[in-house]
Amino acid sequence: MAHLARLTIGEEETEKFTSQLNDILGYMDILNKVDTAGIEPTTHAIDLTNAFREDTVKESMGTDVALANAPDEFGDCFRVPKVIE
Amino acid sequence: MKLNQLTIHELQKKLREGETTSLETTEALFERIKAVEERVNSYITLTEKSALQQAEHADTLIKEGKAGALTGIPIALKDLMCTKGVRTTCGSRMLERFIPPYDSTVVQKLRDDGAVFLGKTNMDEFAMGSSTETSYFGVTRNPWDLERIPGGSSGGSAVAVAADECIASLGSDTGGSIRQPAAHCGVVGLKPTYGRVSRFGLIAFASSLDQIGPFTKDVEDCAIMMNAISGYDPSDSTSVPADVPDYRDFLSRDIEGWIVGIPKEYFIEGIDPEISAAIEGVIKDVENLGGQCREISIPHTEYCVAVYYIVAPSEASSNLARYDGVRYGFRSDQGKDLMEMYKMSRSDGFGTEVKRRIMIGTYALSSGYYDAYYKKASQVRALMKKDFEKAFETCDVIVAPVTPTPAFKIGEKLDDPLQMYLSDIFTLSANLAGIPGISVPCGFTKGDLPMGVQFLAPHFGEGKLLQVAQACEKNSKIERRRPSL
Repeated sequence: MAHLARLTIGEEETEKFTSQLNDILGYMDILNKVDTAGIEPTTHAIDLTNAFREDTVKESMGTDVALANAPDEFGDCFRVPKVIE
Repeated sequence: MKLNQLTIHELQKKLREGETTSLETTEALFERIKAVEERVNSYITLTEKSALQQAEHADTLIKEGKAGALTGIPIALKDLMCTKGVRTTCGSRMLERFIPPYDSTVVQKLRDDGAVFLGKTNMDEFAMGSSTETSYFGVTRNPWDLERIPGGSSGGSAVAVAADECIASLGSDTGGSIRQPAAHCGVVGLKPTYGRVSRFGLIAFASSLDQIGPFTKDVEDCAIMMNAISGYDPSDSTSVPADVPDYRDFLSRDIEGWIVGIPKEYFIEGIDPEISAAIEGVIKDVENLGGQCREISIPHTEYCVAVYYIVAPSEASSNLARYDGVRYGFRSDQGKDLMEMYKMSRSDGFGTEVKRRIMIGTYALSSGYYDAYYKKASQVRALMKKDFEKAFETCDVIVAPVTPTPAFKIGEKLDDPLQMYLSDIFTLSANLAGIPGISVPCGFTKGDLPMGVQFLAPHFGEGKLLQVAQACEKNSKIERRRPSL
């Protein structure tokens, strides 16, 4: 699970997390008491349909601004460690 | 009364009549901040220099007769609303050095209105918490008892108002993060209807639940702030294109003939007896004001903690996937390759509670568990939404406690996340159903801790909330106390 979430969890932390997450997920079992057959899931509280707008060209942020918060940059690019051996 | 203690409407009057200036008030606030900040820690970043400039500019506008409602009013912002050129940390090491290139829509609106920004307030990391103990920038303390939590996640914004370190502030509420700290700190806090206030530039936690709202010293100020921040925004596709009333209009109306629902599921064993008694007092007040109180039922209430703590972490695990150490945010220099860099940056950049919720969400959304957790929770959420629709067919507003207990001690629940989650039981439903809720002070415990009462209304019923809250505030015999810091 930690790998899926792109996290590294230490040994001590793993133990603590496992027991806490077991408690929390165990508590979620309470939902099995509810009959939800045929109920459409709600993912949004307000009924909204797609919000469309005209596709107009506007000024964008600019490379300097976009790179201003980058931890590492090179020229006009974000620089990252090597991806493949 | 000192300048830093004024409400918005009191300060508006003094500014208009030339009795004081925004500059003088802003200076008084920074003096107060310097005097108490070491004890309460409500701010992460102070912007004194730009605030004084904004105040001077506001004074010019006022002299020229060009003042808007918030011109020259000093305000604090929770540190998850992007502010152009001012770092916005979200209470996290991940964003310790993040300087947004743009303003969030609410900040832009306040700026256009001539508000003065004092600084960015402390919060639980990424707004995940009920106590403002999980911030990378330290714990915020309750000004009524420094050993206790102020509530969370908008603890800094609540304390800044309660301790007179600002005139009003903005926070955000995903599961109670405005209403609960408002109750614990003895101030007014309102969570608007989902879609009433733009989320553009609000750092996302759970996008279907998050909503920005005000903390103020009284109900009238709350209406003034709602006027300033509400409205449709094309930059937020979930903001609702509906007309916004002038919320001040509701303040003078009475609640004669109103039906106020008392949900029986909210008055359960385990509520602190002093809180029960205070809520009963409010119910009597409502009846004295011509309202009729009637028992109602929100049948799925007992499931709200389980639903919320699946839905919110699921959305969070997806929203927080963007923090990869590449474009902005913390990057670890430990990773040998890209994958290791991602993992190390996220593991060192995020705190424990954030990682815990990312793990819950990742699990709930993973193939094989999706149906049992996320889908199931979304179905129960649909039933909860129906509960409220049905309830509001028979009543105007609902009255309920905000929290089961007064503010707890710092550290008390930090190692027991499930107990911490259960303390949110009375506030979560409003977010899941998207309805507005207000928390208003309703007295003090024998130990001198503030208590709050919550009113809930149907979608876009903020006016009703302000109307009933104002009626109760006027009628209540609660003396206006200030914490003795």
